[in-house]
Formats: sequence, structure tokens, C-alpha cells
Amino acid sequence: MTDVLQACHQDLLLKLLRDMVHIRSLEERCAQLYGETKIRGFLHLYIGEEAVAAGAVNALEPGDALVATYREHGHALVRGVSAEAIMAEMFGKSAGCSRGRGGSMHLFDAEQRLYGGNAIVAGGLPLAVGLALADKMQGRKRVTACFFGEGAMAEGAFHEAMNLAALWQLPVLFCCENNLYAMGTALARSESQVLLTVKAASYNINTRSVDGMDVVAVHSQTRKALARIRAGHGPCFIEYQTYRFRAHSMFDPELYRDKAEVEQWKQRGPIHGFSARLKEAGLLTEEVFLNLEAEAGDEIDRAVQFAEAADWESIEDCFADVCTPPEHTA
Amino acid sequence: MSAAQKMTYRDACRLALQEAMQQDERVFLMGEDVGRYGGSYAVSKGLLEEFGEERVRDTPLSELGFTGAGIGAALGGMRPIVEIMTVNFSLLALDQIVNTAALLRHMSGGQFTVPLVIRISTGAGRQLAAQHSHSLEGWFAHIPGIRVLMPATIEDARGMLAPALRDPDPVIIFEHAVLYNSEGELPAGFTGVDISQARIRRPGRDLTLVAWGGCLPKALAAATTLAQQGIECEVIDLRILRPLDDATLLDSVRRTHRLLIVDEGWRSGSLAAEIAARIAEQAFYELDAPIARVCSEEVPIPYPRHLEEAALPQADKIVVCAQAMVVQCPV
Repeated sequence: MTDVLQACHQDLLLKLLRDMVHIRSLEERCAQLYGETKIRGFLHLYIGEEAVAAGAVNALEPGDALVATYREHGHALVRGVSAEAIMAEMFGKSAGCSRGRGGSMHLFDAEQRLYGGNAIVAGGLPLAVGLALADKMQGRKRVTACFFGEGAMAEGAFHEAMNLAALWQLPVLFCCENNLYAMGTALARSESQVLLTVKAASYNINTRSVDGMDVVAVHSQTRKALARIRAGHGPCFIEYQTYRFRAHSMFDPELYRDKAEVEQWKQRGPIHGFSARLKEAGLLTEEVFLNLEAEAGDEIDRAVQFAEAADWESIEDCFADVCTPPEHTA
Repeated sequence: MSAAQKMTYRDACRLALQEAMQQDERVFLMGEDVGRYGGSYAVSKGLLEEFGEERVRDTPLSELGFTGAGIGAALGGMRPIVEIMTVNFSLLALDQIVNTAALLRHMSGGQFTVPLVIRISTGAGRQLAAQHSHSLEGWFAHIPGIRVLMPATIEDARGMLAPALRDPDPVIIFEHAVLYNSEGELPAGFTGVDISQARIRRPGRDLTLVAWGGCLPKALAAATTLAQQGIECEVIDLRILRPLDDATLLDSVRRTHRLLIVDEGWRSGSLAAEIAARIAEQAFYELDAPIARVCSEEVPIPYPRHLEEAALPQADKIVVCAQAMVVQCPV
């Protein structure tokens, strides 16, 4: 294991750790702010799954596109959307990355090519296919990474998108975050084929499955898949085996899974597991780790202050950007 | 200046596609059987040979998938035209149209627009039974964030696509299946059409008849019959189903004081109902008679010709309805 770490650049390892710590810090603060009713609506926390966003999104090139789900705070943050803009969005303020109109589930950023934050399960997959089609038709060497949960694999959109991407050999990376529960429905209770790579492979597509609690494995497998796509070998599918430590949303009483199971997965927590490995390899000290945590806390503090101070969008402005010209009539 | 040209509605649609692809490399056509088959209504016949498989792209039977891919391609800098074979099949793509195309611009705070054109054939009259004959364009006209067009004339079939492609937002163009074989003349010096206003196709003083798509020829035929009886109808081609051009309708009703709306959709919750409500809200005291509607009967469109005809708005039903409005409150 230490060899794998030694093979990676130390800056990258620390970046992966730093990103996971920042996501965790953001998410824990979000839970608190939800309790304080600063954040409303649905809030889906990513705690436990940080290694996937940190490992995979860090493997993308700057020009690549990112299509995400409603559990996307971490992906946005790692991609480079500022914590301020994310937090302001969750507060519903006009300084948010979607002008406050989308909230937690709909983070967008044109500059980073983040195409949402999609709250229709599997809704982002056809979109990703189209983005990749545009790149291919215009001769651009970019990849579109599309994240979705294993629940999306029961939707028709998944099958249609996989077929189109494979048929047309499009540069799409299908990133399945298998956290074992589609809201409260366990994989085995919703899928006749629980081996997700087998299901995906039926579309004649390159597949791989990776331990989604291991950020280095996530990163290296994602890089391999991306290299294959960039070389013109068509789309790839990766299953990241992961687990969400918190409830599906803030409304979820978690009646569908054993506390023991949750505890078991927590033992494999991506942050403490990785930091322990780094320490063992002599690449991290407790002091550096504590600094990372403090830095993340400060960043989130600033984000909350920014969101608190930001303005609300005026009601008149809300009618802009429905379409051209504005359609609203009294 | 180009000379007047005789052509079918189908030819006009094809010429519009051809011109769009010649003028802009970003434009491509995608849908079921648009390429080798030549389009289920032969609209795209010959385009594959001219533009190749990349730009006249046959898709699998995946309405949701390829409509969503059209949205993504539009976001990625292309100008896709997605063809959905018939409006009943568009329901399979409804999620992508309603939950993505229509709301992405607003929900992203104006960062992304979706310059996508979707062409859908619609309507009854060809004995294709209930799953190929419905008129659901009124549903799409309910949704903020998309523009809905319905060409009823050769000029509009030829001209609406170009401004639709220039629109930064999603546009749906409904082509009525019965109109494809209709013939007409593209006037000399044709330079294009707008996609914002309804148009008076026949001026008249006694009654405003509003129709669109496949109902326009029926309304015009009824107007001819009514004129022989001394009732002069002003026939308005709605053209744009969303956003509605209230001004043209109001202006006409203020002159005729009677409004009859013809809609191939079912009466309940129809676009005709919306138009009636708007006119009642804005011009109630201008009206000399209750607003009337001729819509499809509330049944799934049946297969046999006589039943299909009975279920749809027809010129004679429009005549009877208009006569009753005038008898009730004489001109």
C-alpha cells in the first residue's frame, strides 16, 4: 500500500486529503445550518462519500465537463466553485453559483463547465451524451464526466444514454456512485442484476469497479479511464463502491438500514483511513492534518459570513432568464 | 428577387432544413429514421445524401435519450434539430423537455441557455388511431421556458425554422401531419417570417375565428361558407402557441365583438380555454356574445374515418357554432 502512495506526487496526495476534509467540513456545517433554518428545502449530504468526488474530479482536465446529481456539493467544491458561491446558493442568495434559484440540488457554474446539480435521477445522463456529442462533432478533445447513483441504473434514461454513448463512441465517463441505497431501497431490492459493471458492460462499454472509500484507487482508476476515453476508445463506466454515512436527506428517519451496518462502513471512513495511511508512510503529521482541518473550518466560516451578508434576488429580477424575451406578464 | 414557387408543406419544411444546414455548420438533424429512411413523413428525404451521417443522424428508438442528447449538444455549442416522429412519442421525452430544456436557463441563474429546436408532427385525420393522432401542443404551451410554434402555411413551414434556430432558448415546432401534402405558393421575394405574432389570414368584421395548425384550413373554409350567408369572419392564425400574442387577438375582438376558437386539442384544459380566459379577462365588455369553442370531442381519437371525423373540429361544426353566435346576438 505504501508503494502506491510513494508512486504518487506528495502534492497530489495532500490535495486529495485536503479536498476530502473541505467537503466534510462544508457538509457538517450545512447540517448545522439546516438545523438553524438558514438552509431550507432538500439537503442531501455527501458525508462518507468524499473519496469519490475528491479522487475522480481531481482527475479531470480543466476543459472537461461535469454533470452531477442533487448530492453534488463536493463535486462542485473540488471542481473549483468557491465555498462562498456554494454556501450563498444554499442560502438562496443572489451571489450563489446559480443566483440562488436552484439551492442545494442545483449548483451550476459555466466557468467550470458544471452543468448541474440535477434532481431528476438519471436526468443528467442524456445531457452528458449530448455534451460529448458536441465535442466530438466539433473535434474537441474533451471528456464529459457524468455522476449518478446506482439507483439511476434502473431508469430508462440510463440505458438510452449508455447505448447512445457506446453506439456513437462518445467521450463520456459514466461515474456510478454506488452507495447501496436508492433513497431507502437497497440495491438487491431494486435490481435483478446487482453487479453493476455486468449491467453496464452489456452496452459493449469498458467498465471497472473500484473501492470508493479509497481516494487513491478512485483517482488512479478514473485517470486510467479518462486516458482511454481521450485516446478515442469511446465511453467508460466506473462503479465507485461507497456509502453514505448520513441520512438520504434531512427528512429521512433511516428506517431501512441497520445502525451496525452504518457503523461498520464508518470504520472504513475515507478521511481517517487515508490520513492514517499517509502518516504510516511518513507523508503526513498530525500537526499538518490539524492545520488542514482548521483551514477548512476557516474557509467555511468565511463562506457562511459571505452568504449571510449577500443580497436576495429581487422579485422583479426573478422573471428574467426564463426565455428571450422575458415572458412574464402580470 | 426570387420568383413565386409552388410547393407542398413537406417541401417547405425540407427546404428550411436544407438551408439551415447549408448556412450553419453547427446545425444537425437527429431523430428516428431521419436519415436512410428519409423521415417517417419524408420531410428529410435527400438530406442524408447532401450532408452525411454525422449531420443527418439516425437514432435508436430512444426519445428520452436523443432529446436529452440534443439539449446537451445545444449546451455544447451545436444547433441541433431533434425530430420526434409524432407527438404521442414526445411523451417519452417529456422529462428532458420539461425538467431540463425548459428550466435550465432560469435554474442556472442565466448561465446556460439551450438553443435546441424540436420538430414534432402532430394531429389526427389520417386514420392512424389513438396512439398516433393526438394534439398535445397545448400541453407544451403550458410550460414557461419554451417557445411553441405551429406553422399552418407554406410560408411558415418554410420560414419558422430559421428564427427558431436563432432563438437562444428551446423552441418546439409542431407540424400537422395532414398538412404535409397540402400545396401552396411561396410568394415571390420571400425573405422570412417572425415567430412572435399571430396573423390575420382573412379580414372580417362580424366574428373573430382563431385557429392554428391543421384547423386553419378548416376555419378558412368555414369563413368562406359563412361569408355566403352574410357573416364576415376575421380568421386569425395563432402561429405562436407560446408566448401567446394577446394583442392581435384583442385588437380583432375589439372590432368584431365575437370570438370563436377552434382547437384540435380536447376542450378540458385546452389552449382554447386559455385564450378564452385571456379575452374574457381583458375584453369582457367588448363582447356581444359568449366566447365559443370548437374542440375535439373528449375521446381517444378513433380509427374508422367517420368516427375520426366526428371526433375532430370540422368546417361544418365551425359554421354551425358561428351561426348560433350571430343568431343569439345579431350582428
